[in-house]
Amino acid sequence: MSKFGLITKGLVKDNPTFVLLLGMCPTLATTTSAMNGLSMGLATLFVLVLSNMAISALAPAVPDKVHIPVYIVVIATFVTVLQFLMQAFVPDIYATLGLFIPLIVVNCIVLGRAEAFANKNSVVDSALDGIGVGLGFTCSLTVLGAVREILGSLSVFGWKIPGTGDGMLAFVMAPGAFIALGYLMVLFNKFLAKK
Amino acid sequence: MVLCLFGTCLFCSAVLGGVYALTKEPIEQTNAKILQTAVGQVLLRNADGTDIKEGTAILEAPDVLEMDGKSYEYYTQVENDKPVAYAIKSTVVGFGGPLTLMVGISADRKLVLNTSVLAHSETPGLGAKCTSDEKFMSQWKGLQLESTKLEVQKPVKDGIDAITASTITSKAYTSAVANALAAFDKIVAGQTVSENAEEAVLEETNNVEQEVENE
Amino acid sequence: MEILIIIVSAIFVNNIVLAQFLGICPYLGVSNKLSTATGMSAAVAFVITLATLVTYLLNQYLLVPNQLEFLQTIAFILVIAALVQMVEIVLKKISPALYQALGIFLPLITTNCAVLGVAITVVTKEFTFGDASKMLNLGEALIYAFATALGYGLAMILFAGLREHLALNDVPKSFKGIPIALITVGILALAFMGFAGIA
Repeated sequence: MSKFGLITKGLVKDNPTFVLLLGMCPTLATTTSAMNGLSMGLATLFVLVLSNMAISALAPAVPDKVHIPVYIVVIATFVTVLQFLMQAFVPDIYATLGLFIPLIVVNCIVLGRAEAFANKNSVVDSALDGIGVGLGFTCSLTVLGAVREILGSLSVFGWKIPGTGDGMLAFVMAPGAFIALGYLMVLFNKFLAKK
Repeated sequence: MVLCLFGTCLFCSAVLGGVYALTKEPIEQTNAKILQTAVGQVLLRNADGTDIKEGTAILEAPDVLEMDGKSYEYYTQVENDKPVAYAIKSTVVGFGGPLTLMVGISADRKLVLNTSVLAHSETPGLGAKCTSDEKFMSQWKGLQLESTKLEVQKPVKDGIDAITASTITSKAYTSAVANALAAFDKIVAGQTVSENAEEAVLEETNNVEQEVENE
Repeated sequence: MEILIIIVSAIFVNNIVLAQFLGICPYLGVSNKLSTATGMSAAVAFVITLATLVTYLLNQYLLVPNQLEFLQTIAFILVIAALVQMVEIVLKKISPALYQALGIFLPLITTNCAVLGVAITVVTKEFTFGDASKMLNLGEALIYAFATALGYGLAMILFAGLREHLALNDVPKSFKGIPIALITVGILALAFMGFAGIA
């Protein structure tokens, strides 16, 4: 696959949210607004790229029997580094995303890419793969966040649409997350079917 | 095999220890900055919203008052050796969890200068609006304590107007301010007491000194 | 009284799936049939409670006294992974019948974020009772963990029942599978919102 293909495949064809159905928990929990979705996506992207690179470099030296625990330790390390950095430099976002930052460790996307791609490809390709999948995840989260924000609080990236009142509050809360994601998947399926 | 796993764990822990040591100071600085901004917001403004002295809040370790099993940290703004205002940190239980405010109260007990949210876990889009809803936040700026009741009212007569659809958060917010005011009363009362106590001690030492001289 | 609040809030008000969005992947994955849903719920209940016990003690007596809280995430996930492996081995030896019932779900549980989520929550979050908030002690933490798992089971079994009916209906092509399942969960979550405020 071409280098360019590695980056773009995560956006539509192998989209982690709409096609592979991975990482559902942060997808639903953190997309109360477009900004929150974008932040969560970028946080995952950060861990994904670094862990992919580290794992592809380590893979030849790791015995087969313990490869999963070793990968988990590597991923957990990067997640903790991310936690420190966010606490230091973007405390607001860290407070908003809360529990879901440490839970990147058990996000199936990260371990999934390590198993399916990074352990048998070069460091550079793994980094590109991480960027591609991470970008796909970030896009899906931002779109879902934007949809929920528009419906739920009638604003876009925190900018209130002038002359409007309160939105449909349910879309900011838990039920709206499931329903919005369900309908977005329907649209995505329609779009793929037409192609 | 075991060696590999053990080695990875050891190495990763070492890396984390290093990163922890490196980021410890920035994290502390950031937290101090958040606190400083909050105190600055609630203290250094006049009732009409003009800045008294922008960015001159110098924070030292806060004083602590224990009241009703809760502890209140507070900072005093001093001008010409006299306290002019207090910033009191007050925590209550909101809708989703603890809600922590910084409340500024003028020393003459006439005004709530301003309030600022330090930490909350309210519902995004609902209770979380207590950090963004202009209408709700502006009523705390220069709130007249003599003519305003610290209670959420519907319709509003002489009290506080709630955030739409977030009455519980608004009530919790209001009670946090009321608690801060109660703490304020105790702080002021405590200060007059301790001043008297100091004077008493001073007199006693004088007496002792005099006695020594007499001998 | 406090224990009652913990239980009601963990099962209904802050239901782990429908309000906290934890453990969604297996929730969508194995809720096709009522029988597998029940098996998965039982396995999760077992592992969540055990993992909370171990991680709570680990945090209290090893990490905090040595100021190693920064190793929390990495230590917890390793302990959970090891624990799941151990449970699998022990179960195989002691109770083959139970292993037959739960065995296939156990490997899936390591990456179930509900387990790590609950373990981190009980050691970092203050819980609110009336107008005060405090950290949970070990007993309360275990009750919370078990009640959370019951909530998981409740949501899972309700949903599996709905999905069994859903499978018999004629669903538009683009809605088939996960999309209609998500919309159904959404409606279920809407129903659970009615519990808000009772605790």
